[in-house]
Amino acid sequence: MSDTTSPVFRRPTASGWLQAWLPRLVLAPSVAIILFFVYGFMLWTFVLSLTSSRMLPSYDFVGFGQYARLMANDRWWVASTNLMIFGALFVLICLVLGAVLAILLDQKIRQEGALRTIYLYPMALSFIVTGVVWKWLLNPQLGIQAMVRSWGFESFRFDWIVDPNMAIYTLVIAAVWQASGFVMALFLAGLRGIDDSIIKAAQLDGASLARIYWRVVMPCLRPVVFSAVMILSHIAIKSFDLVVALTGGGPGYATDLPATFMYTHAFNRAQIGLGSASAMLMLGGVLAILIPYLYSELRSRKHG
Amino acid sequence: MANVIRRRGIKARVGRGVLYAVLITAALFYALPLIVMLMTSFKPLSEITAGSLLSLPQDPTLAPWAKAWGEACTGMRCEGVGGYFWNSFAIVIPAVLISTAIGALNGYALTKWRFKGSELVFALMLFGCFIPFQVVLLPMAQTLGWLGLSSSRSGLVLVHVVFGIAFTTLFFRNFYVGIPDELVSAAKLDGAGFFRIFWRILLPVSAPIIVVSIIWQFTQIWNDFLFGVAFSGHSTQPVTVALNNLVNTSTGVSEYNVNMAAAMIAALPTLLVYVLAGKYFVRGLTAGSVKG
Repeated sequence: MSDTTSPVFRRPTASGWLQAWLPRLVLAPSVAIILFFVYGFMLWTFVLSLTSSRMLPSYDFVGFGQYARLMANDRWWVASTNLMIFGALFVLICLVLGAVLAILLDQKIRQEGALRTIYLYPMALSFIVTGVVWKWLLNPQLGIQAMVRSWGFESFRFDWIVDPNMAIYTLVIAAVWQASGFVMALFLAGLRGIDDSIIKAAQLDGASLARIYWRVVMPCLRPVVFSAVMILSHIAIKSFDLVVALTGGGPGYATDLPATFMYTHAFNRAQIGLGSASAMLMLGGVLAILIPYLYSELRSRKHG
Repeated sequence: MANVIRRRGIKARVGRGVLYAVLITAALFYALPLIVMLMTSFKPLSEITAGSLLSLPQDPTLAPWAKAWGEACTGMRCEGVGGYFWNSFAIVIPAVLISTAIGALNGYALTKWRFKGSELVFALMLFGCFIPFQVVLLPMAQTLGWLGLSSSRSGLVLVHVVFGIAFTTLFFRNFYVGIPDELVSAAKLDGAGFFRIFWRILLPVSAPIIVVSIIWQFTQIWNDFLFGVAFSGHSTQPVTVALNNLVNTSTGVSEYNVNMAAAMIAALPTLLVYVLAGKYFVRGLTAGSVKG
């Protein structure tokens, strides 16, 4: 351009000032919203967790009394233990299933696209839909148990959903069904990103196929495993709809998770203080997983 | 990473056979629940109690679908899930459009007009993607009350926009990082302003990420249950909440065929999106995890 006054040398004018501040002005509403609705609300919930609020929020502070009550609450321990069992199994099975399916799909399979579509579609469904379907499949009188029995295996038992000791595993089945295809997609993307020459070299060295996958390919996929674990644990901690739709937290409260515990106490049982305390502990759990993740994410951004 | 198994021979062929058998078994595991759901939704109730899960409908009927849509009881009311299905659309459409538009502008400002602290702003927003929403439920309920938006569709739109911005900003930021800065700085030298550059240079190349953002937000908001159950009223429930009420309404015999038809109704929009735009759906899922 013939105009030699580039923005750098221009005198500060009203419009120049506006141009310089416009990006910040555009971001300002979002920042204000996030500060208020995310950070402000977190603080607010923390404050509520220090009060004796029941039906309505009151600001009568009782220190960490609600946390002490929570620690003494049997139902909270059931919910936390359930989360450990559910989370560990859900993450582990999804990872193994996802990795195996991705490796198998990566062997020049005919109809790969169709298979991939079938593996992944449950991820598009609501957990409520998943819960409704599996509740029906797991129904002892009409579902899988009845079907296998009608084939002649009269003593076949698959009544986990009504068994307080086993019901938590039905959540694992339904959640794995929903999310493992997604893990498969992550692994497949990772596998496609690996340089073929590494594998060719290992093959020339006479390494077996299993050995190549275990020693050469898996180490390359470490970032994928890491991301998948993060996302899956996050889904596990937030699991609420699946429990509501599949088991309703039952039998009794055998399949309660912290998310359902919080909702029940805060919204149905007029225990706002206790519910807030449980929400804060959930946040603590997420942070414990998230901070290492964000740390490594930011570090790799700087290096890469 | 393909073509690892190349050698031909009997052993390789058997291996290949086993491979396909495993893959097809897995496909059945994923596909059967949907197939059973569909078949059950077309069976009369008598056929369900007498027959087997996997048997084809002998006497296919649309009655369960009609009942699920217009007559089945969801709690106190017996009007089916049809009205709630449209409620979901009334909530989803504005929420998706608003959050995507805000995300696009945010992503643009954060990448092409960096300023001191812009990375911090991004980190602050990113965190909003990850919080367990239980931690905002109670303050949100009270705030919606103050705003006069309790139990309203507008209230739910607001909630979904607020907690969707973090994701849409992330999508657009990661996409715009890959657009060469030179394009923008040349336009700046020509004297083009903030919005003009966005409109003329960034927006025309943004189609793929707009699709990803819309699909992600659509799926998330359509499938939401927590906000729906916490903040909606009897007449403003989204379809997921209505479906759950329908299934748990215990008046007499459980009509499993109606339940399955209602579940199909609630699932169809997102399934349709997945079938029509699966590629973008996967991209949205992986955008937050695999850097890109």
